Amino acid sequence: MIQAARVFWMGFVLHFKNLSASPFMMVTAAIWPLVYATLAFLMFRATHQAPSLLYAALGAAVMGIWSTTATSAGGAIQQQRWWGILEILVASPTRLILVLAPITTAIAGIGIYSIVSTLLWGRLLFGVPLHVEHPLLFAVSIPAAVISIGLLGLVLASTFVVYRSASNLAQALEYPVWTITGMLIPLSLLPGWVTPIAWVLAPTWGMRAVRHAAIGGEVATPLLLCAALSVAYAAIAAVLLHHFERLARDRASLSLT
Amino acid sequence: MKTWFRIFFVGGAISFRALFSWIRPSIYIPTLLIGPTTQIVFFAYLGRTAHLKSDSWFVVGNAVQSASLAALFGMGFAIDGERWTQTLSAVLATPANRAALFLGRALPVLVNAAVTASTGFIGGALLLGFRMPWSSVPALALLLLLASFACTGLGMLVGAVGLRLRDVPILANLTMAVLLIFCGVNIPLDKLPHWMHLTAEGLPVTHAVDASRRVAQGASLASVQTPLLAELALGAAYLLVGFALLRWFEHQGRQHGTLDRA
Repeated sequence: MIQAARVFWMGFVLHFKNLSASPFMMVTAAIWPLVYATLAFLMFRATHQAPSLLYAALGAAVMGIWSTTATSAGGAIQQQRWWGILEILVASPTRLILVLAPITTAIAGIGIYSIVSTLLWGRLLFGVPLHVEHPLLFAVSIPAAVISIGLLGLVLASTFVVYRSASNLAQALEYPVWTITGMLIPLSLLPGWVTPIAWVLAPTWGMRAVRHAAIGGEVATPLLLCAALSVAYAAIAAVLLHHFERLARDRASLSLT
Repeated sequence: MKTWFRIFFVGGAISFRALFSWIRPSIYIPTLLIGPTTQIVFFAYLGRTAHLKSDSWFVVGNAVQSASLAALFGMGFAIDGERWTQTLSAVLATPANRAALFLGRALPVLVNAAVTASTGFIGGALLLGFRMPWSSVPALALLLLLASFACTGLGMLVGAVGLRLRDVPILANLTMAVLLIFCGVNIPLDKLPHWMHLTAEGLPVTHAVDASRRVAQGASLASVQTPLLAELALGAAYLLVGFALLRWFEHQGRQHGTLDRA
């Protein structure tokens, strides 16, 4: 267990540093959320019936976490393929999930930059007040949201062991997940059939926990649901990875790009 | 002259197939055909949240703006892709007419951008109940081609600057972000700060979006002559400046031996 935690942590730190050095990741994580935050600020400010600007700032910040995950988690396995190390990683005694989970979590973790940049952008340019109702819960909610989104990325990434083009499909999920998880759009505005889908997506609860911790509202339930979904995603990813890894070995297609 | 046209049409088509890295169906369909629709749905619901404008307003704005996705990245790849495939020096060492070479690459990009934009309208009609008079379709198609032309011109400029700054995907991303915020796609121009409104007048998409919204409500093409001509003039200006910069950076690259440096 300690060894597994060590592998995860070392992998997370390594990939977080590596990703932080990528200009493309920085643009995705730090600049695009500012674009959506600016759009939301200007749209919300244009009318007097819209939610508050802090609501928009927090939504755009968590959108950034999902954005980096959707655009890059799919590429996590492909990247190992291009580097020619996927077969080595699969053959190593460490379980594949312990190799991939730090990568997708680090990708989501890069979204931390989006939280910082969006909140600062809102404060400096739009005068958005940065008063946080429950600072401690806010500090807990952010890593909880990051980890759960990272593990959702892991579930997506696990299918890419055999379905290589699925990573492009993951990128196409960027807007739909933003739309249905209540990041900027209240769930009550969406058609009723969307709600059950939103409930099984961790970003819904991660967003709710972060927003309630900052603006006010109950934090414990969304936080617990976020944690429960994270465990469920990890379990699903473990099963999928085991199955797909075996399939890829059978077909001898691991290193095929 | 025959060679000029051969380079323009055949060279342009081959370059598009070779360098446009999204041409595989597995990337093309989710990114360029489904992507604009998901963007439209998101902003239409965000508009409902803000009580800002009708769904149709967002459908037209975002569909027209989505032409920039294909045009900016397509034109960027058409130039920068040569560097990645290590063929830039070889291409620029040929005596081929540069206008035929680069403008020929712009044509398939332009058509592709118009196709991408039109899928947004179809998605909007299917998912948000967007409707417009059938009689407006030809005029709207012309406006989409015009917006695609202007965005391709801007794409040429991005590709040219990419010859110097090297990172075309980042440049294209940032340019697209500017278009999304400034051009009245999701925020009415009169709600933007004055300096943003002024900047928007000089950007592609702004005038095409304005004209398309009016045409979608039943206005005639003649009645949107002013924004139509403005978009055309902007597209031509960006294309010319982009082409001139390409030639200049090519010259600089030859002088300093930096063409293939990635």
